[in-house]
Amino acid sequence: MGKSLPIKITERPNPSGLVIIGVSFLALLSAFLVASFVFWAYGTNPIVAYRALFSGAFGGTYELSETIRRAIPLLLAGVGLAIAFKAQFWNIGAEGQLLLGTIAATWVALFSPVPKPLMIPAMFFFGFLAGAAWGLIPAILKSKLGINDVITTLMMNYIAINFVLFLVQGPWKGEHQWGFPYTDKFPQAARLSTIGTTHVHWLTLVIGVLAAILIYILINQTTPGYEIKVLGSNPSAGRFAGMSYVKTTILVMFFSGGLAGMAGVGEIAGIHHMLRNPSELSLGYGYTAIIVAWLARKNPLAVILTAFFFGAIFSGGDALKVSIGLPFQITDVFNGLILFFLIGSEILMNYKIEWRKA
Amino acid sequence: MSENNTSLIRFDSIVKKFPDVLANDHVSFDIEEGTIHSLLGENGAGKTTLMNVLYGLYEQEEGTIYLRGQEKIIDSPTKAIELGIGMVHQHFKLVSSHTVIENIALGLKTASTMRPTKEIERKLVELAAQYGLDVDPRAKIWQLSAGEKQRVEILRALYRGAEILILDEPTSVLTPGETERLFQVLQDMASSGRTIIFISHKLDEVMAISKYITVLRDGRVVDTLKKESTNKRELSKKMVGREVLFDLERKPVDRGDKVLEVGNLSAFNDKGIKAINNLSFDLHEGEILGIAGVAGNGQRELAEVLSGLRKATSGKVFIDGKNLTNASPRSIIDSQVTFIPEDRINQGIVGNLTLNDNVILKSYRKPPFSKGIFINYRAVKEHAQKLIEQFDVKAPGPDTPANLLSGGNIQKLILAREVSLEPKLIIASHPTYGLDVGAAEQIRNLLLTQRENGVAVLLISENLTEITSLSDRIAVIYEGQLMGLVNREEATRSELGMMMAGTRIEQITHDQV
Repeated sequence: MGKSLPIKITERPNPSGLVIIGVSFLALLSAFLVASFVFWAYGTNPIVAYRALFSGAFGGTYELSETIRRAIPLLLAGVGLAIAFKAQFWNIGAEGQLLLGTIAATWVALFSPVPKPLMIPAMFFFGFLAGAAWGLIPAILKSKLGINDVITTLMMNYIAINFVLFLVQGPWKGEHQWGFPYTDKFPQAARLSTIGTTHVHWLTLVIGVLAAILIYILINQTTPGYEIKVLGSNPSAGRFAGMSYVKTTILVMFFSGGLAGMAGVGEIAGIHHMLRNPSELSLGYGYTAIIVAWLARKNPLAVILTAFFFGAIFSGGDALKVSIGLPFQITDVFNGLILFFLIGSEILMNYKIEWRKA
Repeated sequence: MSENNTSLIRFDSIVKKFPDVLANDHVSFDIEEGTIHSLLGENGAGKTTLMNVLYGLYEQEEGTIYLRGQEKIIDSPTKAIELGIGMVHQHFKLVSSHTVIENIALGLKTASTMRPTKEIERKLVELAAQYGLDVDPRAKIWQLSAGEKQRVEILRALYRGAEILILDEPTSVLTPGETERLFQVLQDMASSGRTIIFISHKLDEVMAISKYITVLRDGRVVDTLKKESTNKRELSKKMVGREVLFDLERKPVDRGDKVLEVGNLSAFNDKGIKAINNLSFDLHEGEILGIAGVAGNGQRELAEVLSGLRKATSGKVFIDGKNLTNASPRSIIDSQVTFIPEDRINQGIVGNLTLNDNVILKSYRKPPFSKGIFINYRAVKEHAQKLIEQFDVKAPGPDTPANLLSGGNIQKLILAREVSLEPKLIIASHPTYGLDVGAAEQIRNLLLTQRENGVAVLLISENLTEITSLSDRIAVIYEGQLMGLVNREEATRSELGMMMAGTRIEQITHDQV
């Protein structure tokens, strides 16, 4: 005998803002709930752990500044991913695009003839172009040849990582670094000033907020943005209306990769002041930015909030390591759980579950 | 209810509703055991819906299904399979990277623990031999032709013990040779006691293999007939109907200059088979040219070539004197050609965007809607508001997402948008398909108004009544070829029906009167 389920699932074609926020909140809550079991498994009282996490992220001026510092690269890369996802281009390659930004910045700082006063603008400019170029390769491969964007963007990350490793161990290896795989330190003119004694390189933060606003306007008020929205929601209607999928995809990835590249410039010019091992440069910001853009539901303005939120998880994770002695990878566990529940909850947004009348 | 011993399946007053359509409207008829019973009707007549109800994919709102006189509630395909019902869908449901055996094994409840595929293979070969359904059990699905895949589907149904086999438009993917072979298999199965339900809109096929034919139209049963006591002409009349179109006022319009000229046009379909073959016709200002034909005879490909989405392999398209053969969609749109696409949801609108965004789908780069790269959403909103009022689109407001509108209102929105571009030529594909009577009438009247304004309209439709009541001239196509082109006064229904079934106009007057 076939038995039917006591529930009925019906489509919800246009979830309201309230539903989206409610479901996202539920997903976050579930992630935190499951993470408590991880704390508990480490023998830590989850409530204690969350308290440490919270105070590590917001507990004082220093903590807050650390949160903002982590939020800066997430903001720039996240805004770039928001526009890519809006066009249904699955850019998993922000990490690599960010690293290309650091390479370009290093070149400007150490090897280019750019005069000192123009150094910082030139680093952001070339960083943007390098990230954009890295993003354009998968864009062209997908729009012209139909090659899967998830795979190409992801693979390009590994190329970028190994390219940085090659540079710091080979041709760009510093002369004053006692054999460590670093480039030489940047000259003072190639370093971003920070607020007080914190690590907040304010110029990148300003660029990030401006980028969020400009990309928001681009998507919602302009004709190229209109094409992105149409082709991202219904490509065949766009084609029927004479829009070019190739052009739009290239435009989108130009911005997406470029913004990730600028995030890389900010990190290297604001914090590290030299090119070094990619895992020290980025902490996986390019991957976390995927979750940042997703939680913001592809809205560039909302990325400002979600980037701050994930910045808090990074800096809170640091605190957990210091105060409770939990491994730093706990932040990765958080990020993973949050993305897992966010994607899992997508179905709850688009479908209603009703109990079937007996 | 009268007790009928020979009735295997009885549909009793089945009602199935979808948000905008009554897909099955109190459908009642009987199917006799061991026969081939055809369901005949145009697209959207409710044939597939009814079979999906029988197969447990849909649940009917009202009515009962009786199997051998017993009431049955079939709420899932699993239940249907238990009751001995199998279905071969129009689009195959096979895993293409798996072998034939593995596809048969999928979903089987019992299989021997030791070397299960051996057991399946043995039974499969046996079944295949019995009905001449030969196919290599170890081949991967992607290696098979459409005909072979269909045989796998049939074998899978038989393997699961189907006594009743539903085939949804089975010949649409087959070559003529494969079709003949399939018919032989179906006849063998019927004579060995199995019951076949055959869904089709092709008169020839239905006449070739059925014992009984049930004609559906607009979700209702028109009639159930015995093959011997009917003929193609009667069936086509019942299938197409004699629906009277009210409120259609065709004013005399002088036809003006030539707008569209199509010469010896040919193109392939997605499978690389010739879908339109040497088509030639022209169309003038203030004229509606109807393209009649059964679905799948090249209509879609014709519309796609004219809109720039599909390349023509030979021939030419001139619009307003300009050669636009294989031009880009944008340059065709810029030549004041507008479209009412066949698939309105996927090609006509962007469902999750608002009506504002949807009304400028083709004019977003032009003033007053944009200035430089910026869109002037105030002007857009005004325009949307105006169109909503002028074309009587039922919507809460211009900020509503388009996919919350009903089918008829979506179509009105599309028509409003396209007409507001002040076209010289409108290419309308199945403009009233799936709409309720009221909305369909409004759409037809809008097309007539355009004609009076001097616009040329190419009307592609399967609805013969619509074609005959709107068009000035009617072209009938069959397998991509022009069967005939007649003026509206000269067109008789039965002649059009014969042409739709593949008879050329020159042949009709001689052998059929």
